[in-house]
Amino acid sequence: MATRERAQTRPLSPHLQVYRWQITMTMSILHRVSGVALTVGALGLAWWLLALAAGGDQYAHAAALIASPVGLVLLFGFSLSLVYHLLNGLRHLMWDMGWGYDIPEIYRSGWAVAVLTVVFTVAIWFAAFGSHA
Amino acid sequence: MSNIGTAGAPDRAPQEDFRTPLKRARGLGSGKTGTGHWWWQRVTAVLLVLLVPWLVGLLVSLVGVDFEAARHIVARPWNAIPLAAFVIAAFWHAKLGMQVVIEDYVHTRWVEVALQLLVTFLCVIAALASLYALGRIAMTVASFNA
Repeated sequence: MATRERAQTRPLSPHLQVYRWQITMTMSILHRVSGVALTVGALGLAWWLLALAAGGDQYAHAAALIASPVGLVLLFGFSLSLVYHLLNGLRHLMWDMGWGYDIPEIYRSGWAVAVLTVVFTVAIWFAAFGSHA
Repeated sequence: MSNIGTAGAPDRAPQEDFRTPLKRARGLGSGKTGTGHWWWQRVTAVLLVLLVPWLVGLLVSLVGVDFEAARHIVARPWNAIPLAAFVIAAFWHAKLGMQVVIEDYVHTRWVEVALQLLVTFLCVIAALASLYALGRIAMTVASFNA
């Protein structure tokens, strides 16, 4: 049927290719990306708990993996995703209650989340490793 | 929930059924779960807003701590119980979020269903494994204490 074929080939919204960049679209896609990353991170937390339950050798092995360069990069990505998803999630909960829906407010809260994500992530790493360095 | 069992097979030949998709969908109700997905995503989100800052503090306090000391810290009731609440809320929230991502981006039916099953099983097993680990830590540390 002709209309059905056309329905399948026409471009679908939201027509990303015709939009100029906006902070709102970036925050939205990063919320999803960080959410997927955190799912993997949560599996990592489960693995770490199992190692802690299993015994000293397993825990030492897990701790060494986390402290390796690759482990630290993954841990940094996990902390960054966690802080971002938490702050931007608060933004979503705020919207769910009907607050901050004006466009200038949405842009302002978006930038606030971006800045605070960097500040809090750096603060966490300083608290964790600042005294050891 | 996902759109399994959507009213009217989308590939039905048009001459069999002249009704519009809207007409076929009308009167069938909410797809059985209504606002459940949205609501539980928010309930677990609020719980995680409270628990994540605490968890970050706990994990930071465990940096450089040896095995026995780390077990003792995790085994404390006011750490073990919120940790148990965290893993339940986190894997529940993860399942709900991953479900929507898969629904939105995976358009091959069998791949989508396979991924939904995989995510559900992984989240359930990881949550159960975490609770098992926490229980084992909490119940075996007492002997080290003595």
